[in-house]
Amino acid sequence: FEVCQPALWKMTENCFMHHRTKVLTIDTMNPNVKKVEYAVRGPIVQRAVQIEKELKAGAKKPFSEVIRANIGDAHAMGQRPITFFRQVLALCSYPELLEGNEFPEDAKERARRILQACGGGSIGAYSASQGIECVRQDVARYIQERDGGIPCNPDNIYLSTGASDAIVTILKLLVCGEGRNRTGVMIPIPQYPLYSAALADLGAVQIEYYLDEENCWSLDVSELRRALVAAQQHCSPRALCIINPGNPTGQVQSRQCIEDVIRFAAEEHLFLMADEVYQDNVYAEGCEFHSFKKVLFEMGPEYSDTVELVSFHSTSKCYMGECGFRGGYMEVINMDPDVKVQLTKLVSVRLCPPVPGQALLDVVVNPPRPGEPSFNTYIKERTSTLQVLAEKAWLTEEVFNTVPGITCNPVQGAMYSFPRISLPERAIQQAKEKGQAPDMFYCMKLLEETGICLVPGSGFGQREGTYHFRMTILPPTDKLKIVLEKVKQFHQSFTQQYS
Amino acid sequence: MSQNRFQNLYPPMPSIFMAPTEIMYDAKHLFLFSHTQGVKKPYKEVIDICWGDAHSGGTKPLTFVRQVIAVCIYPELLQETTIAPDVKERARRLLRECPGGSVGKYCVCGIPFVQDGVCEFISKRDGGVPSYPEDIFICSGSQNALMFVLKLLVHGKGLAQTGVLTPIPCYPTFVMGLTELGAAMVPYYLCEDDGWCLHVEELRRALATSRSHCNPRILYVINPGNPTGHVQSRESIEEVIRFAAEEELFIFADEVYQDMMYAEGSQFVSYKKVLFEMGPQYSNTVELASFHSVSKGIMGECGLRCGYVELVNLDPSVKQSVTSAFNTERNTAVIGQIALNIMVDPPKPGDPSYPTFSQVSLHETVEALPGTSFQAGSGGIYAYLRLDLPQKALLQAKEEGTDPDLMYCSRLLEEEGVCLVVGKEHGQQEGTYHIRICIGTTSTRLKEVLRRLKSFHLRFLNEFS
Repeated sequence: FEVCQPALWKMTENCFMHHRTKVLTIDTMNPNVKKVEYAVRGPIVQRAVQIEKELKAGAKKPFSEVIRANIGDAHAMGQRPITFFRQVLALCSYPELLEGNEFPEDAKERARRILQACGGGSIGAYSASQGIECVRQDVARYIQERDGGIPCNPDNIYLSTGASDAIVTILKLLVCGEGRNRTGVMIPIPQYPLYSAALADLGAVQIEYYLDEENCWSLDVSELRRALVAAQQHCSPRALCIINPGNPTGQVQSRQCIEDVIRFAAEEHLFLMADEVYQDNVYAEGCEFHSFKKVLFEMGPEYSDTVELVSFHSTSKCYMGECGFRGGYMEVINMDPDVKVQLTKLVSVRLCPPVPGQALLDVVVNPPRPGEPSFNTYIKERTSTLQVLAEKAWLTEEVFNTVPGITCNPVQGAMYSFPRISLPERAIQQAKEKGQAPDMFYCMKLLEETGICLVPGSGFGQREGTYHFRMTILPPTDKLKIVLEKVKQFHQSFTQQYS
Repeated sequence: MSQNRFQNLYPPMPSIFMAPTEIMYDAKHLFLFSHTQGVKKPYKEVIDICWGDAHSGGTKPLTFVRQVIAVCIYPELLQETTIAPDVKERARRLLRECPGGSVGKYCVCGIPFVQDGVCEFISKRDGGVPSYPEDIFICSGSQNALMFVLKLLVHGKGLAQTGVLTPIPCYPTFVMGLTELGAAMVPYYLCEDDGWCLHVEELRRALATSRSHCNPRILYVINPGNPTGHVQSRESIEEVIRFAAEEELFIFADEVYQDMMYAEGSQFVSYKKVLFEMGPQYSNTVELASFHSVSKGIMGECGLRCGYVELVNLDPSVKQSVTSAFNTERNTAVIGQIALNIMVDPPKPGDPSYPTFSQVSLHETVEALPGTSFQAGSGGIYAYLRLDLPQKALLQAKEEGTDPDLMYCSRLLEEEGVCLVVGKEHGQQEGTYHIRICIGTTSTRLKEVLRRLKSFHLRFLNEFS
């Protein structure tokens, strides 16, 4: 894809001069790696990067900038970080600042506490592989408070490099067997493509269950059952992944639904993986985040003593948006003790998660309390960020639903809209001729004509014959309005062009 | 009671390499606990000298690095008068390179500005040999980078299982990684009597025997060595490259200690430089992965988790797949990349923040100990001593049902409060015993460690004479 002079030169030299076979060729490569795709950073993003370079070089286009509405990266879209968090992290990075007057006492107190727990008082020292103990304790306390007092054991908390790292780690433990015994993992369609990429990488069997688009992308247990029964013919289903609030769909599961899923997992002996990274991003009226753990424990010991559950959270989303820090954790419930020993060994192979990310996580679960100097600013920033996201979620749904040919389910939570687009037959034909998924064809054209970068629904999975795109709600409101308008116009002209 | 459904169903993790450290750490915690309970010990604190972690060892982080990071995290500090102008300039530059101007952003494949800096660093280090940003993959530490590249190559079972030639001794985390990925470890023994150098005949022997049970494709070298501290000569590197070329092996050169050279007159030369100076027959064909990280060197920022791998001579057919595979990897923390940027482009002499660093030379004190031998390295962060344990001690260990070096280390911990790494962890020739000490610490601390070690060692020899 990227062709630049030096690489060409090298290639020519290689072809010209040698006859030795390379050790690593497309044929000798790990076949699992070849299968891996990650749509969020796939070909459309690569083209977007190219266009940005072209613009920089002075190329004339119908737009002046590329708008990257493809990835859930809040700060890249101008969302402001929470001041308090940055203050504590700055203090941890350069502790000499503790002596000065620039920072409030509550930030200093937290920084001191974190540094005391670090080797040599430095965030540059390795931490225990499972994560700094006092951070795990703070995370446990946070979970306990969030879940109305249900106890949380810090030993069950594993800090990680973002939630994705933890998710992949658990999948590694679960995937084994050959042929009909090969591990099958149930994932929602549409899904966040980390899951499909990880499953391909590990050579696991992907078991797809469809979310119900007609019903706000809700999860139906009968659909879970259908998928499971079909899968049992050719693999050994072991795990069930839930994303709540959903990505890309944004649906927030009802409490009843969560209970049904837990019951299903218990009946069918499935390991539950609950991806809850968007737990603070809930916007729609009548919707509320219910943690899987809380519901599990409120269902009584018959379930809370037996169902194996891992919940994931991170510092990359919600109101923090600190993707670049790579902070995250998982809570492991009812894991077999022998497996837990293996898990502890497994995480030690990468040594430890980035300590700044652990420090950030600590402040996220231990924010300013009422009465502390930084509380007012913190609560103001947090509320405002979430409020603006809620407004943008509503705005997006509203605008898209005014466009003939676009239907958009309410964006109940998370950071994305996933509208359905109807494409003219001719466009679908042309796409097929080009060897492209029709929504990829659509998104590529959108990118070329407007500079707006979205991810086609084919990257996330969708029902046969339906097409979607995922757009983040992160651009600043005025920019978002422009983007929505441009997409609307594009859709109308595209429809006309190909009818 | 949860069902034990996963017994026998998940890939087993190696227990042999973990056990000694676990035992030592359990012992350490026990002693720490008994100390808090008021149990009298002849020492006030346990000194843990296991990990190659400079900051834990009391080394202070470099001011410039930490100031730049703090300013990038909290740009309001740009107004601070106490912060040097070169710090502000670097922070501003780095923030400009982060779209959104924030370190809270994801970075695909690494910040381009940082990648460019890495290329310049490599090129300068290697006397002008070109380095290209598309060959640089920034990862969360060298372990992460190693696993990433290993994963591209490792697959297959039985005779087809990818084999990785691994030095003995080697640090245990790498071996655990091989097991995790399902690679076959093919050990080749470094020659202790010859200063832990690498003999190609030994590589040849290891390779030949391995072909009966796996498919060896990767040759892993650590230079400077861990735990040995041995720094390869240019001739040795050339021999290895020639060998890899003949036998069609992909070289993994782990060079994370390249900035930690301490012996007079010793010099680090990179595998890449040597490769390119061997002419196109080699420089255009031999596949090489070179690894580096911010965890070692003068910065010692292990906790920030950042490193890179440079992939040289990749077959064009795989480049796209490699990049796609990399894009799905979880990205490296921005803070770590800032540290990497400073590592490859540090303040220059004359800049307000030009740093200094000194290292303690270890060998005199250690060599004075009877019953040990020490092949002094020229680089790295460890001293790796061989214990010539008396027969009586070996018998005692047998009676206790333990390994002699583990027995030695457990007693050292109990009697003197020094925790170090048992040689068994690294692999060793049958009948030899070693200990590994991290020397990347303050000279006061190191002197104290050596004092306690000497005291214990002489007593031990006496008891078992």
